[in-house]
Amino acid sequence: MLRYIAKRSIGLIPVFFGITLISFFVIHLAPGKPTDIQTSLNPKVSYEARARLEKLYGLDKPVYVQYFSWLKRIVIFDFGRSYVDDRLVSEKIAERIPITLLINILSMMLILGIGIPLGILSAVRRGSLLDKSTTVLTFIGFSIPEFWVALLLMSLFSITLGWLPISGIKSLDFEYYSLGAKILDVAKHLILPVAIAAFGSLAGISRYMRTAMVGVIHQDYIRTARAKGLTESQVIYKHALKNAILPVITILGLSVPGLIGGSVIFESIFAIPGMGRLFYESVMARDYSTIMGILTIGAFLTLLGNLLADIAYSYADPRIRATEGE
Amino acid sequence: MRNFLKNKMAVVSAGFIIMILTFALLAPFIARQDPSAIDTNLVLSAPSAAHVFGTDTLGRDVFSRIVYGSRISLSISFIAVGISVFVGLFFGSIAGYYGGGIDSVIMRFVDIMLCFPTFFLILAVIAVLEPSIFNIMVVIGLTSWMGVARLVRAEILTLKERDFVAASRVMGASDTWIIVRHLIPNAIGPVFVSATLGIGGAILTESALSFLGIGVQPPTPSWGNILMDGKSTLGVAWWLTIFPGLFILFTVLSYNLLSEGLRDMLEPRLEDK
Repeated sequence: MLRYIAKRSIGLIPVFFGITLISFFVIHLAPGKPTDIQTSLNPKVSYEARARLEKLYGLDKPVYVQYFSWLKRIVIFDFGRSYVDDRLVSEKIAERIPITLLINILSMMLILGIGIPLGILSAVRRGSLLDKSTTVLTFIGFSIPEFWVALLLMSLFSITLGWLPISGIKSLDFEYYSLGAKILDVAKHLILPVAIAAFGSLAGISRYMRTAMVGVIHQDYIRTARAKGLTESQVIYKHALKNAILPVITILGLSVPGLIGGSVIFESIFAIPGMGRLFYESVMARDYSTIMGILTIGAFLTLLGNLLADIAYSYADPRIRATEGE
Repeated sequence: MRNFLKNKMAVVSAGFIIMILTFALLAPFIARQDPSAIDTNLVLSAPSAAHVFGTDTLGRDVFSRIVYGSRISLSISFIAVGISVFVGLFFGSIAGYYGGGIDSVIMRFVDIMLCFPTFFLILAVIAVLEPSIFNIMVVIGLTSWMGVARLVRAEILTLKERDFVAASRVMGASDTWIIVRHLIPNAIGPVFVSATLGIGGAILTESALSFLGIGVQPPTPSWGNILMDGKSTLGVAWWLTIFPGLFILFTVLSYNLLSEGLRDMLEPRLEDK
């Protein structure tokens, strides 16, 4: 097992280089130089001063040299300083990332906890009312704009009914709460964002789970399991699920980039000070070093998600370990 | 075709799509009011006979803005999907036909692209370039071709072993001729299905971008940036939030259902009884 994990991780290294190359390329699409803001707009800056500044940032070197010197710093998570407030980018990201991860992990749990049972139930009771309404819900889930649902729920629960807070992650008088009340307060703030983040993928996962389960349920070994007198729940949860879950694990791994990317949307709507919102602010302020940092971290998190999916896959399917682990 | 007509949902969806297309093509005849005419006496008025969907924060007619917005939203998604299909066909067919080293390089590249949170990548590109309609089309197109490439590659891998390809090669056809005239036409069915699905996805991406203010820039109306107004008037003017959202939902839903219908028509699989 360890061997398998090590092997998969090594396989991800070239992908990581590819990612950094694309990030680097994207930022270099920008016309002009990052120092232009400080120099061109300021008539007092002499040509020499401009050249000195370019030298300081290494902009006078050929592109590939710039790429490698950037790469050398990236591997130790050194993204340089923000063009906006001159703080370390890694520091800015580090203080924003926990809340984003928390929301993403919570919504992943919601997706797994609801999507998979829902998919299994609709596969087992095909044609039932539950199955039909899940199908309808799935199609709507695929088609509905996430941010619109956020607006609607916000207007219903926060404005009309007044049950949940509108935005942010804590109330104004948070400092004076007892520990229990603090937890409750944050939980109340997180209900809507987590639900919205989960919504789209939830529909997809339950659909894939259903399809995979339907495919498995008709196979001979399931008939054998039933024939030898196992209870229905043993047949479904022990025999069928183990095979049906495999494609779903792959899909889960693939849905990580969507979740991370989606954080920009719901964090902006709910004013949550996470990585997504930081990205949005940096985009608005053209803060290239922060943009590059988050782009790389985002891709890195996705790789991590894929690796976890691979490990889960090999855990569920011993054949993978046997053939690829050697 | 019979298969398709039997699928009631797909027919209804096709009907809705045709309606939206008519909106887009004949916008000046369907929307009577000028979508950018500001009327300060009628700011945020509720739906009425004169303004069926009400007016926005500048007193502009919301229905007209939605109708004109469909032009923008649809053309962005069509062209974006066109780009993604073209790029996907190009890389997918080369990878599938030539195999070997080229194949593994291209597929590695696909893997890398799939690892990016697409929305982040799009935002980064928009930050670097200007958020013009042209840039949005291109960026959405260039970040969504990977699925098509995989699909085409898989189709061509099986197709290229068939006898008719060998026959064509014996007759002296070039690689390009075989790919363009024999392989791609035979692989295009599933691509068509995925492109229909892609249009829905592109509409969603465009609207999310415009909603965040990094997409289509006001005063040009798009479904997403009308909703941006809706956010600031939440709890005051429900019509600014409800109507554009419903248009996005129904349009995307129609494309998704149509794609499902097309798939059933092109590859009638075994009904899961």
